[in-house]
Amino acid sequence: MSLMSLDRLTVRRGGCPVVDAVSLQVEPGEVVGLIGPNGAGKTSLMRAALGLLPHEGHASLAKMVPAARAKHAAWLPQGREIAWPVSVETLVALGRVPHDARGGPADGEAIDRALKRMNLASFRNRTATQLSGGEQARVLLARALAQETPLLLADEPIAGLDPAHQIATMETFNMLAAEGRSVVVSLHDLGLAARFCTRLAMMQSGRLVAEGRPADVLSADRLATVFGITAWRQETEAGLMLQPLAQSGERR
Amino acid sequence: MTGYRGLIIGLSALVTALFLTSLLVGPAGLSPLRSLNALIFGADGPITLVMREIRLPRAILGVMVGGALGLAGAAMQGYLRNPLAEPGLLGVSGSAALGAVLSIQTGIVAGFALALPLAALGGAALSVGLLLLLAGPRGGSLSLILAGIALSALAGALTSLVLNLSPNPFAAAEIVFWMLGSLADRSFLHVALALPFMALGAALLLPLGRGLDTLTLGEDAAEALGTRLGRLRLMLVAGVAALVGAATAVAGSVGFVGLVVPHLLRGAVGARPSRLLLASALGGAAMVLAADIAVRLLVPERDLKLGVLTAIVGAPLFLHLVYRTRRGEL
Repeated sequence: MSLMSLDRLTVRRGGCPVVDAVSLQVEPGEVVGLIGPNGAGKTSLMRAALGLLPHEGHASLAKMVPAARAKHAAWLPQGREIAWPVSVETLVALGRVPHDARGGPADGEAIDRALKRMNLASFRNRTATQLSGGEQARVLLARALAQETPLLLADEPIAGLDPAHQIATMETFNMLAAEGRSVVVSLHDLGLAARFCTRLAMMQSGRLVAEGRPADVLSADRLATVFGITAWRQETEAGLMLQPLAQSGERR
Repeated sequence: MTGYRGLIIGLSALVTALFLTSLLVGPAGLSPLRSLNALIFGADGPITLVMREIRLPRAILGVMVGGALGLAGAAMQGYLRNPLAEPGLLGVSGSAALGAVLSIQTGIVAGFALALPLAALGGAALSVGLLLLLAGPRGGSLSLILAGIALSALAGALTSLVLNLSPNPFAAAEIVFWMLGSLADRSFLHVALALPFMALGAALLLPLGRGLDTLTLGEDAAEALGTRLGRLRLMLVAGVAALVGAATAVAGSVGFVGLVVPHLLRGAVGARPSRLLLASALGGAAMVLAADIAVRLLVPERDLKLGVLTAIVGAPLFLHLVYRTRRGEL
């Protein structure tokens, strides 16, 4: 059974479609990378899929009642907002709100697991607002992990992280996939997307222009037409290696 | 958990102590033992009258008004995710004051005892209707603030207009004094009038704790965590309006309580908006009771107004908090 299905999902902003008839299925055990230049509609697609934006077409998550959806899919927005100087543990515990365990042992264990996964166990009692930007990003991701949902949608979760934590975060997503859960993640780092995603969905001007294995989606032709770049590409046993090189000027 | 429970118990004890003190302070200069005896057992004719009809309603209203303002302030700050938010921001207190001022100006106050608070409640209700109409059913917190500021400004301007055109200097003086806020000379009629609204307001706001907690992560993440933002906003506006409208109706404008108290207690509850609700209600009750005791002790021969004192104490306290925030201690 698929964890999320979108059928001809369309989002309009002032009449003009920012997400244009996108159809996408997410099965268990996948890390789906959502890639595309700025303004391609990645964030709008994920928000509409969750029912947070008015939309046309079918989105399976948007059909669910909010309480059930919160147990099925976690959402990590791009804006890293922490409004109050709460402790890291308190913040991560917000991920347990949809589960009505009210601070019972199950909640405690889920919080411990999430902190451990994001390598934050020693930050537990720190004040979240006093951490650095990258640390806050990891705390917020730990919050989403603590929700322990079958599906996680994350909007640029690795932006602003150091290389080690970027890789660690992508590995965490792969671990979730190995457990049969799935992650939909928007990314700008095409190299990491190529290496760590099981599948890529490429967007341009609101439309889904390509979908499939990273090596197939990230063809030299599409890198030029969609991103306007040339890149060094090498298919290895560990998957596609990709390093953007220069602007190509071909972008349409 | 234990820290929070300790805080609530401590604040409750403080409110109880201040409530008893409030009962024992007054121009009649009665001895504490005799007054409590008269209050409970009803002996001692005139003293019983003073205790039961003057001091008891005053102390009860102190708890109610302070609790209402503290709770409303904590809820507003939690919803707007801004420590500078206060209950008056929605324009409800200004509109309630306008209703009261109109009732004084037109003279219907003289008609029956509850004319003024009822007119204030009417003003509050009208402003909530306008607020929801202006801010729209699905708007975010920004449209709510803007609509609230517009309504506040309008109510303030109309109040000034009434004062400006007032042909009767006595009515004008009465208006000004009423607007300064006070708990003096209130009766159980006022308690009975405010109680249902305040109970309703508390019943609407206290269950919002979890939703306000999730808003720590922003509106988007809160909604994805299952919080129904539209419903939360409606309950918040209705709850704050009921609390603040009723408080203004019986006590006039008592400023700074809803702003300073949540700010003071935020550190003690680990900044969690849900825990701040009850703590702020108790803290607000304590602050208003203390201020109402102080106005009677400081200048017993003059009628020092409650709202004046809370502002005089609250503003420097707030400046101190600003200073501490600037140094990053909060």
